Parts: sequence; structure tokens; C-alpha cells
Amino acid sequence: MYIELLPREKVSPQQNVLFMAAALIAGLLAVSVVFALNGVNPAVAIFYIFKGSFGSWYGIKETITKGMPLILIGSGLALAYKAKFWNIGAESQLLAGAIFATWTGLNWGPHLPAVVMVPLMFLSAFIGGALWGMVPAVLKIRFGINEVISTLMLNYIAAEFVKFLVVGPWKGASKGGYPYTDDLPASSILPHLSHSRISLLLLFLAVASALILGWLVYKSRFGYEIRVIGENVHAARYSGINFFRTSLLLMAVSGGMAGLAGAGELMSIHHYLSYPDSLSAGYGFTAIIVAWLARLHPSYTIIAGLFFAGIIVGGDAIQVSMGMPIAAVRVFNSIILIFLIMEDFLISHRVRVRRKNHA
Amino acid sequence: MLDIIVSVLTRTIVAGTPLLLATLGEIITERAGIINLGMEGLMSTGAVTGFIVSYISGSPWLGMLAAILVCALLSAIHGFVCISLRSNQVVSGLALTMLGIGISGLWGKPYIGLPLPNRMGHLNIKGLSEIPVLGRILFSHGWYVYLSVLLGIVLWFILRHTSLGITLRSVGENPKAAESQGIAVNRVKYYAVLAGGGLAGMAGSFLSTAYSGSWNEGITAGRGWIVIALTIFALWQPGGAFLGAYLFGGIFVLQYMLQPLGISPNILSMLPYLSTLLVLLLFGLTASGKRKMNAPATLGEPYVRGER
Repeated sequence: MYIELLPREKVSPQQNVLFMAAALIAGLLAVSVVFALNGVNPAVAIFYIFKGSFGSWYGIKETITKGMPLILIGSGLALAYKAKFWNIGAESQLLAGAIFATWTGLNWGPHLPAVVMVPLMFLSAFIGGALWGMVPAVLKIRFGINEVISTLMLNYIAAEFVKFLVVGPWKGASKGGYPYTDDLPASSILPHLSHSRISLLLLFLAVASALILGWLVYKSRFGYEIRVIGENVHAARYSGINFFRTSLLLMAVSGGMAGLAGAGELMSIHHYLSYPDSLSAGYGFTAIIVAWLARLHPSYTIIAGLFFAGIIVGGDAIQVSMGMPIAAVRVFNSIILIFLIMEDFLISHRVRVRRKNHA
Repeated sequence: MLDIIVSVLTRTIVAGTPLLLATLGEIITERAGIINLGMEGLMSTGAVTGFIVSYISGSPWLGMLAAILVCALLSAIHGFVCISLRSNQVVSGLALTMLGIGISGLWGKPYIGLPLPNRMGHLNIKGLSEIPVLGRILFSHGWYVYLSVLLGIVLWFILRHTSLGITLRSVGENPKAAESQGIAVNRVKYYAVLAGGGLAGMAGSFLSTAYSGSWNEGITAGRGWIVIALTIFALWQPGGAFLGAYLFGGIFVLQYMLQPLGISPNILSMLPYLSTLLVLLLFGLTASGKRKMNAPATLGEPYVRGER
């Protein structure tokens, strides 16, 4: 008996769902093994994770709160990854957005009403994230620098820059020596639904932009160019696609989306700029997995983003109830990602088991 | 003044050592055609494994061995996903980094900030270490430093002068030709990934059991990513790895040297990352042709047996 691998031509929607479910279940089993090796009952831990995130109104509201940045960033990453542009820099594009928004809020907020300020903050955050996102595009196309390295280096640089700002020139006079900027004025703050931390406007923005990006990737000329670049670089060159322009544009959108998430966190949750770790709970990295789970379809990040937001919220819950460190969530996420990548194999190959003498 | 220079150069070599070890690992891996972006996670896991085993057993040597073994095993995941399943190497490497950082956080939690009572020892080579100036810079180091230099020379020799080196190179350059020569291409790729992972683990255990003597999350501070850049900078040659690793070791030391000048420590902390971009930028301007010629031809592509 031996195993034969054959290329698979087409995947039916049912198979698609089946494979993904298989990958998620296999991933959960692998996570269970890791938890068990650490002396934690995996069934209890996984039960508590999902109970914490989807098992109560409070959990659901928190899941939506943390889902919004993941949807914003994840849909932008899906767009970049569709062109095989490996943007790992969402974490710092988020920070760049937050920096720009903070500047706008602190300087103009006191003079302008909320109707003007809120769109202005989002706009400046988008510009901030877009500019920071375009740097690796220039470095890649003009100087041949691998974007994985450049976006990561830019992550470290931006994080240090934010620290520099909040302990140095931007340190708030009203914050008694803490490394925070002053509070944003009331006109730059997003109101919450009662008994929650959900801003309806932000939720609308996240869902709408995920849908728009989905349309952009699959229905527009720009999206067509993105997909051609992603599928076959050589074909893209011959078909007259302007590589530089398209890469610049797609990274502007991808970075800008992360910038919006930065503004959202700032205006809805924190209300002032502080250390990078407190502003973003690793959203830029978790969103990579979100984009992958969404099969790089920006619109599907709405579901995938909520799923991983649930893992974050549930992870917080088991930290409290079972004393597990936050690293447990990272292990959980990375193992799920590994199984999602492995699933690609099932999509592109048929596995056939044959009897030896048959060949 | 001379004292300062000697001290800076000595510390440069020490700070360059983890970069050297991990860059050698990445060179082996990439020579076989596999990119491993998991180095940051592997180094982190190596650091925590090395620390815990050294702490419990009392022997930093056991710590080093354990770190090498655990990280080789961990990198086997990357091998399986990229070689056997032919999946995307970039995303798999990222996942490996996330996994490595997660695992090290999980395992290392009870050990955060504990001082290691028995660090890896020093070896003042008799006679040589008493040479003025050079003696201190070159011959007054810990075991890791000498081992890393030795490993670099061994790798150079293997790549340049042995059939094993030809095997490794041919697997990355032209796997079909290698296969027709009777080389088990995928097996060689697996070994290369495991060796790369082991060296990353060794680099990590150096950080926790020799360099700082304690474990903290974020101990690797992006070194695993700088290593990926250094591999390009080194043109996939061990000789270049020495140059790049000590150059960046110097930059890590420079951060601390410049602090008394009153520059913000946050701005100084950007130095290694800015320098990485700068080095690659200069490279992009001057040597793009050379770099293309030197990169293993099938780097990042999965190998499918018997495909025409």
C-alpha cells in the first residue's frame, strides 16, 4: 500500500468548508496536546475560552469590541497578501495612524465640533498608516528589499518612536509624570453603546470597509491587478501592469486600514496615546491569522475577525479563572495558523491510497 | 582611551555571537532552498529552554544541548509544512515565530527575572589572553564565542571543500539535477532546516545563559529578524556572516556607548533596526546584481519530485 498525491483541479464549496472545519478541529486537538503537556485540562480550557467570549452578553460585547480592529486590519492585510505582498507591519501602521490622529485631536479638537473632528481623525489616521505602509513598498520595488524584513524593522522603529513621544515631547502636562499624552478633547471621542465599549460608528466603519475592500479586490480593475501580481509576477509584467504604482497603492490601503484601527482604539477605548503595548494587544499580528482564516477575502474577515476576537476575550477569561499566561493565547493562535496553512495542501492536492501491486 | 576601545571591541564580539550563530543557521537553511522566518521564535524558545534546563540541572552545557534539540524539533514543523506539504514558506515561518514566542512565554513564566546561579563559563586561553590589547579582545571570552567561530569556519569548509557542501548547494540551486545524481533532495532539505533551527536555539541559549544570565520575554529583541537580513548581507557565505554579525554586534554596543551623550534611549534603541534597513538599502543600490547571482536559485520554492 502506498500514498499517491495528485494535483486537485477544482474545489467545491462543500469541500472548502469541510477542509476548513477539519483544519480547525485538528488545530484544536494540537492545542489540546500543548495545554495538556502544561498540566492544564484542555477540554476545560477550551470550554472556558469559548464560554468567556461567546457565552454571555458581556463576552459577546467584548468580542465585538476587539473584533473591530481585527476586521479593519485583517481586511487590509488580506488585500496586500492577495498580491503576495507580505505586510507584517500592521502593528506599526496602526501606531502611525494613532500618532497622526493624536496630533490632529490634540491640536484641532478644542476648536472644532465632533461632526468635523471624528471624520478628520479617521482621515488623518488613514493617511498616517498609508504613508508608513508605503515605505516598504518603495523599499521593495525600488531597492529590492524584502518586505517582511522592512515591515518588521519599521515595527520596532515606530514602537520606539511612540515611546519617545509619550515620555518626551508629547508627555501630557495633566498626567502627573505618566508616559501618556493629555486626554483627547471631547469632540474627538467616540460615544459607546450603553453598558458596552462598542462604538456603533466604528462597527459600521469596520464592516463597511471590509465589504468595500472585498468588492475592490474581486470586482475592480485595481483588484484585478492585485490578483494578477499575486498569481503570476511574470504575467503581470508582460500585461503592462504598473508594478510600482499598484504596490504603492495597495500598501497605502493596507497601511491605511491599520491606521483606522489605531484611530478607533484611540478614540473609542484609550482617549490618549500611551505605550505601544497598551494601545494594541498585538492586533497587527493576530490580524495576519484573521486574513488567513478569511482565505484572503477581505469581506470574510468580518467573521474571522470576530472568531479571533473571541479567542482573545476567552484567553483573558482563562487568565483570570485558570491562571494561564497570555502566552497561551499566542500558542493557540499560532497552532491554528499552522493548521490553516497545512490545509492549503488539501485544497491543492488529492491524496489517494493505493495497493502496492496495483501500480 | 585604549581601554575603552578594547572594551568596545570585546563587547562587540560578544554581542555579535548570537547573530553569528543564527545567521549561520539561516545560511544552511536557505542554501537548501528554504527560507525560515521563524528564527525570532526559535531563538526565544532556545533562550527559555536553555535557561530552564541550566537552572534545574545546574549545567549550562545541558541547557545549550536542550535548546539545540528543542529548536531543531520545533523547526521540523516548518520543514514538514514547507517540504512535505509544499506550503507557503513565508507564512509558515511567521507562524513558527508566533508559536516560538508563545511557547517561550508559556514555559518561561515562572522563571522571569530569576538570576542564573551558574552561567556559561569563560575560557581565558593561557598565554594568548595575556597578549596586550588583542589578548583581551580575542581570547578572553566565554565558550559560546569560540564555538560560534569554530562553527563558522567548519561551515565555510564544508560549503567550499566537501561533497556534503556540494550536496547542500545543489539542492538549493538545482534540485532536479541533484535528484538525478541520486541525492534525496527532500531529506537534505529537512536536515538543513533542523540544523538551522538548532543553531537558532543555540543562539537563544547564549542570550539567556551567558549574555544576560536571566530570562525575560522579548529577550531576543528582534535579533531573529536581523538575522534574516544578515543572511542576505552575507551573500549566503559564512565569511559574510562573520562580518555582518560583528558589525551589528557593534551597533548593539554603540547604543549603550552613546547613552551618556544625552540622546533619548528610545531613539538609540532604533539603531539596530534603522541600520538593518540602511544596510539593505545600500545593498540594493550597489550590489543587486551580485545578490541575485548569489541567492540560491530555488529559494522559497517548494520542490515537487519528478515534475518537469
